[in-house]
Amino acid sequence: MIDEISWITIFPEAVLLAMACAIALLDLRAQGPLRGYTYTLTLITLAVVALVEGFFASTGLTLYGFGNMVVADTMAGWLKCFATLAVMVTLVYGRPYAAARDMLRGGELFTLSMFALLGMFVMISGNNFLIIYMGLELLTLSSYALVALRRDNAQAVEAAMKYFVLGAMASGFLLYGMSMLYGATGSLDINEVFSAISTGHVRHQVLVFGLVFIVSGLAFKLGVVPFHMWIPDVYQGAPTAITLMIGGAPKLAAFAVTMRLLVEGMLPLAIDWQQMLMLLSIASLFIGNFAAIAQTNVKRMLAFSTIAQMGFVLIGIFSGVIDGNTISTANAYSSAMFYVVSYVLTTLAAFGVIMLLAREGFESEEIADFAGLNQRSPLYAGVMAACMFSMAGIPPLVGFYAKLSVLQALIASGQAMHIGLAVFAVLMSLVGAFYYLRLVKVMYFDAPITASEVVAGADVRIVLAINGALVLLLGIFPAGLMALSAQSVLQMLGT
Amino acid sequence: MGLLSLAIWTPIVFGVVLLALGRDDQASAVRWVALIGALAGFLVTLPLYSGFQLGTAEMQFVENSMWIERFNVNYHLGVDGISFWFVLLTAFINVVVVIAGWEVITHKVSQYMASFLILSGLMIGVFCALDGLLFYVFFEATLIPMYLIIGIWGGPNKIYAAFKFFLYTLLGSLLTLVALIYLYISANGSFDIATWHALPLDQTAQTAIFFAFFAAFAVKVPMWPVHTWLPDVHVEAPTGGSAVLAAIMLKLGAYGFLRFSLPIAPDAAHEWASLMITLSLIAVIYVGLVAMVQQDMKKLVAYSSVAHMGFVTLGFFIFNDLGMAGGIVQMIAHGFVSGAMFLSIGVLYDRVHSREIASYGGVVNTMPRFAAFALFFAMANCGLPGTAGFVGEWMVILAAVKFNFWIGMASASALIFGAAYTLWMFKRVYLGPVTNHHVQELQDINAREFVMLALLAVAVLYMGINPKPFTDVMDASVAGLLQHVAQSKLH
Repeated sequence: MIDEISWITIFPEAVLLAMACAIALLDLRAQGPLRGYTYTLTLITLAVVALVEGFFASTGLTLYGFGNMVVADTMAGWLKCFATLAVMVTLVYGRPYAAARDMLRGGELFTLSMFALLGMFVMISGNNFLIIYMGLELLTLSSYALVALRRDNAQAVEAAMKYFVLGAMASGFLLYGMSMLYGATGSLDINEVFSAISTGHVRHQVLVFGLVFIVSGLAFKLGVVPFHMWIPDVYQGAPTAITLMIGGAPKLAAFAVTMRLLVEGMLPLAIDWQQMLMLLSIASLFIGNFAAIAQTNVKRMLAFSTIAQMGFVLIGIFSGVIDGNTISTANAYSSAMFYVVSYVLTTLAAFGVIMLLAREGFESEEIADFAGLNQRSPLYAGVMAACMFSMAGIPPLVGFYAKLSVLQALIASGQAMHIGLAVFAVLMSLVGAFYYLRLVKVMYFDAPITASEVVAGADVRIVLAINGALVLLLGIFPAGLMALSAQSVLQMLGT
Repeated sequence: MGLLSLAIWTPIVFGVVLLALGRDDQASAVRWVALIGALAGFLVTLPLYSGFQLGTAEMQFVENSMWIERFNVNYHLGVDGISFWFVLLTAFINVVVVIAGWEVITHKVSQYMASFLILSGLMIGVFCALDGLLFYVFFEATLIPMYLIIGIWGGPNKIYAAFKFFLYTLLGSLLTLVALIYLYISANGSFDIATWHALPLDQTAQTAIFFAFFAAFAVKVPMWPVHTWLPDVHVEAPTGGSAVLAAIMLKLGAYGFLRFSLPIAPDAAHEWASLMITLSLIAVIYVGLVAMVQQDMKKLVAYSSVAHMGFVTLGFFIFNDLGMAGGIVQMIAHGFVSGAMFLSIGVLYDRVHSREIASYGGVVNTMPRFAAFALFFAMANCGLPGTAGFVGEWMVILAAVKFNFWIGMASASALIFGAAYTLWMFKRVYLGPVTNHHVQELQDINAREFVMLALLAVAVLYMGINPKPFTDVMDASVAGLLQHVAQSKLH
């Protein structure tokens, strides 16, 4: 057994764990309201981890470790690299915001974020039901604590409570589904579950029964209708920095788990889960987009927009064709991956601007708070506008190519009904365009309520400018990220 | 870097530089940089004219390189006789529009100029793109600057207009996107437009694709009954925005019919030609009558645009070379004339801040030089021989008579309505005694406005007297397209 451990597969996780513990201790030395010392250490650690993951992903290796319990492949490498970068960016945007709200009295923000990231890593690399579940719990428990970090704020505590209760239930669903599958196939190992299902000797009813619970659990984590009720409340109630921590990087991990469980583990059941995902997707597109129109709170609006966006991701996942044709199957899954990555990139910048506008004692959460931003700061208004046009799917921003790829995958699956579904999806994105445009309208066409300068530290300014530029540049040169997603998924399917 | 790339990216680069470096307290420097950018953008299109080979329907100045490998999307540019003039027209109108916004725009000057420069580059990209996705990216991207132009510098009801413009046109183009993806898959993973032209498609698929394209292009043209966004948007848009919208943006739709609908779905195009002809005639006649009763000058010209664009689509769908060439000539002529009409209204609006016809009367007494220009453009708008407006209408009517006497007859009646609404407006605004103190205090046009109107007047006159260079360029391509469309794809 010991020779199968292969420590190298979990090297980045080990570094992350060690440094998270070390930083929790070293934080005692941190001084000043902004905890610059802890902050710098955390960013350096994360930068190293991101570099290592990026380097590993570019080698194209697939390594198994701990008796097949974890896998490090190209998809895992890139997703972990992006998740780490997303957490870094979140911390850069979130630090001044958190400091102004008395959330930096200790260094918990940094340590908990690192543990949440570790949870995501484990989820992304998990090749075993229990490992995936453990990673998920590590992520969600850290997230509950993060939401409650502002413990004297009633709204945040309420959000944390809600998140905890509903999250625990969803984890329960997932675990229950996993236990059903374990009972039916006799294994927790994803590859073995796959082989067991492929033989066709396992009772289909039991498998589908377990599958329903697993899909429900995943749907909760992705935040799609009808398991979406927590998203608007938690997004709105949590301090904005934490909203971003929940709404950004974890989507990458949720995507990875969906891939591992549904594709790597239960591809033979695809006929069943494709239909479930299709219904979830249709409902999410509809409810997400229409409910977002009614919102006056930006965070709540973005929460519903997330639900709709995840509906698009699901389109990519359920469009994979199952006829042994890995190229077109990979085409669909890689479009979903491209969608998630570009979504996270855009969300980071959008929330970055929201946090930037928030000041001490002022949250800048209402749409009206963005009035006339173009007069106050053309740069930040431009970044936010780029994000909104991108989420609406207008070229030449990255969000357009994301929608293009999933729609392409949908139509390529060759069923006549899917063309109808594509038309439905584009009509829903037209509805979406309305509320995204409304924010642009408020920023550009309305007169500002306040003439105050938007102040930001150099780190926030630079990162936000790069983040906004990437939303545009990846739209003009999307080929690299697309190729990367395609290669990741092809390699995952190939092994 | 090829000439077409230069034509696309020169204005865009200038626009981005203005956005990045332009400051509001340096408005004058910003204006000069914008003018240099627009002029540079126009100058780089001139070698296209000298280098263009007549007598061939082949694409020229072709550039082709891989853009998105995974979807086999190419950065594939080229012009033929159909698209050629629109590249020059767009660059030319851009110069005029920059001059038009010179002193009028005082708020966020750098963003204003940058929007127009970027918009101009994007629209040139639409006319040059030979790859379906590249076309779509340029086509859709134009919405963003235009939305901002209407919303930031528009009139009192600008927000309604900006949303209506964006969402109305987005609805059409999203359906087109589905059609583009369908074609991409049918063509075994190719976005190349020429490949699509050769792609065999059955009747059902052709009909579906034809109407999906129709959704985008008919809205953009705009054809009756999906024209309702245009008057609202024109009324609220700033003068420059109206000019670009009427002069160039509407042509994107008409051009789309020629590049996509007709050659990709020729059988559906033939099958539905009678519908298209009917819609075109309704636009020509009914919308012409609607124009007559307008109280608002901009609305009147907007409806007149719809009527004129009706000639364009009529010319396309009678499937003979005179009609199609006439339609294209009409597109170019309308670009000059409608641009000039909107800029003339802008001249008055800048002084009196009213678009109501009733607010004016006797302007010729206080602004004689301007009234001369206005009369000339009004004549061009009603299709007086010797002006650009005549050539295209005449060709289309001639072709329509050849096709079917009654259709020709009906379309010719539009000349009467056109003269009626244009000249009646001219009479009420310019002629007669001075009616109120606003008109009494009017100052005649200054040197800047003179240059702006003179540029357009020269273009309108030149095209009216000597249309041959224009038709020569397009003859071979029109013949090639008609030959292609005449072949059924069903076998």
